[in-house]
Amino acid sequence: MRWLLLKDLQILRRSPLLVALLVLYPVIIAVLIGFALSRGPDKPEVAFYNGLAGKSAVVELGGDRIDLAKEGSRLFEAIDPVRVNSKREAIQKVKDGDVLGALIIPGDLASNIQSQLEPGTVEVYYNAEDPAKQQFVENTIKAQVQTANGALTKRVAKEALQLLALISTGGEYTFLGQTLDVLGLKNAEVILAKARAQLPAGSDERAQLDRVIAFGRLARENLSFSDDVLAVVGEPIRVKATALNGGTTSLTSFAVALALAVSLMFITLLLAAGTLALEREENAFSRLVRGLVSKTGLLAEKAGLAAGCSVIVCLVMVAGLSLFVDIDWGRFPLWLAALVVGALAFAALGLAIGGLTRDVRAASLLAFMLCLPLAFLALVPSGAVAPALYDVIRAISAVFPFKPALDALDAALNDAGDLGGPLLHLAALTAGFGALGRLSLQRFAAT
Amino acid sequence: MTLAARDLVKRYGDRAALRGVSLSAGSGALVAVIGPNGAGKTTLLSILAGIQQADEGEISVLPKGIGWVPQQAALYSKLTVEENLSLFARLERCPDVRATVDRMLDLTDLRERAGDQVGTLSGGNRQRVNIAIGLLAEPDVLLLDEPSAALDPRQRARLWEFIVRLAGEGTTVIYATHNVQEADRYASQLIVLADGERLFDGSPRDLEQEVGTTGLDFEEAFVEFLHRRGH
Repeated sequence: MRWLLLKDLQILRRSPLLVALLVLYPVIIAVLIGFALSRGPDKPEVAFYNGLAGKSAVVELGGDRIDLAKEGSRLFEAIDPVRVNSKREAIQKVKDGDVLGALIIPGDLASNIQSQLEPGTVEVYYNAEDPAKQQFVENTIKAQVQTANGALTKRVAKEALQLLALISTGGEYTFLGQTLDVLGLKNAEVILAKARAQLPAGSDERAQLDRVIAFGRLARENLSFSDDVLAVVGEPIRVKATALNGGTTSLTSFAVALALAVSLMFITLLLAAGTLALEREENAFSRLVRGLVSKTGLLAEKAGLAAGCSVIVCLVMVAGLSLFVDIDWGRFPLWLAALVVGALAFAALGLAIGGLTRDVRAASLLAFMLCLPLAFLALVPSGAVAPALYDVIRAISAVFPFKPALDALDAALNDAGDLGGPLLHLAALTAGFGALGRLSLQRFAAT
Repeated sequence: MTLAARDLVKRYGDRAALRGVSLSAGSGALVAVIGPNGAGKTTLLSILAGIQQADEGEISVLPKGIGWVPQQAALYSKLTVEENLSLFARLERCPDVRATVDRMLDLTDLRERAGDQVGTLSGGNRQRVNIAIGLLAEPDVLLLDEPSAALDPRQRARLWEFIVRLAGEGTTVIYATHNVQEADRYASQLIVLADGERLFDGSPRDLEQEVGTTGLDFEEAFVEFLHRRGH
């Protein structure tokens, strides 16, 4: 078997174009898929008119100084601003199709917010030519403005709370440069209690003063609830996110697992199917199995070659990716195990394909045609399609090695979920497709 | 006898490919197996080679076994002549691979092409390497399935010169062929199959005598023989 392995490696060495294609194609596909997954869409170009330019953009709320220019700059994380000099110019750019939208910050924004009498208003104009782009721009700007609103609301609520506390307990308050001494309900209650003590018992004045004292106490006690009420007003709905099914892998880390699974599948499937079909194409199969090599030995050699080559390419890929992505090398034995078991399952599938086809071209084409749909089916999220269709997709994904290989690699690389389950699944698929490959050799020999 | 097969039967479903075929061949014999399409020639050779199992019958052969040369060259076209010979010599567990390869390069007159990839060789040279691989284990019997098919006349002549030399050195050569003239010219023993049945076992001259018609060449005599036997 050693000599057969060396022979196959020699043949591969003499086919540099094939090897380059075999390695580069999946790596490029994998990197493209990885990029597509880990990188969001481009920032939309939005005309931006800042009416606050040259004016004070600082408002004072609750004793805090808020720089609106700084708050607004967060928006630029989501859009690509095209700065213009007037509102008219901004709108014209939208009409001309130069930008997807326009964001207008009026000059009175800071003073309106500071007055707390009317809300600050920003204006947004959309280009509705392309509904998808329009929705994207609209959602992006709305989300960012919503975030800014939330931050400002919290600060307004904080100021309101300070004022309520002042009314309740009293103290000093600075307004327009003047410091005022506010008595507060609590102190008023003490003064009233002293005054009450000096009035004759049973007098009308004392009874009326009792009512005033009771009202003050009631008001003070109820003001203590205002903290919670205002906190709710500041953030009426909170999002509590809990991940179900799967781990907490970041998109970038998942992209690494995906890139590896895709490369592993392409290389192993094509090599295993191609090298087995080559034995038939070169008419060597009948000569080999006349006692030189057992059929099972031949399959093992092809599986070993395909799995070995793809695991090596994937290890080199991980080493390369580790320059850009944080890879936990402490988990090396786990992801090596995932790579090896995954490669063996793909190799078994490749052997079944190689055994069922007559020549290398047919085997390669079939393996190639199987690869992409398998990858895409495995990536269809639940809820994206009708439940019945999703069940079919799950069933198809379960009988091919891509999905369990992806799960195993994700678990091994990113500590995302159970590793044993996918490995057992892959082992079962290896046995199943291995048996199919062995069975197909009967047909191989007979024709 | 170097090789003896008795009452071989092979069925594919309901169809009988061989119906109780027997044959025997001595050392250095050149045995041609001829017959119309579907007669069972390739099936007989593949059973003798051990590629297929007979449903009935038995085969006995001398200990050094049988070398097999399939109709299509069973070679790796990306490997050189020498690499192909070395690979199969190792798989055959030849005790001295280097010496065996050297011997085969001399035998096939391909020493000068030893470093050439098989894919670049002519059909005739490729067939020589194909036969050489069948001879690596120095078998007592060499089986060839249509050895000269797809060769031009010059390549065919050189190939037969090579095969006749092998037989002259004591190897029993059994070959299946469609080319009746090749059977007449080179075979010392002729086996005629039709519909899986052995119709004749003897020399080409014996077949001509059995037909008995004068003025016919061998091919015409063979056709007449089949006609008389109802084929």
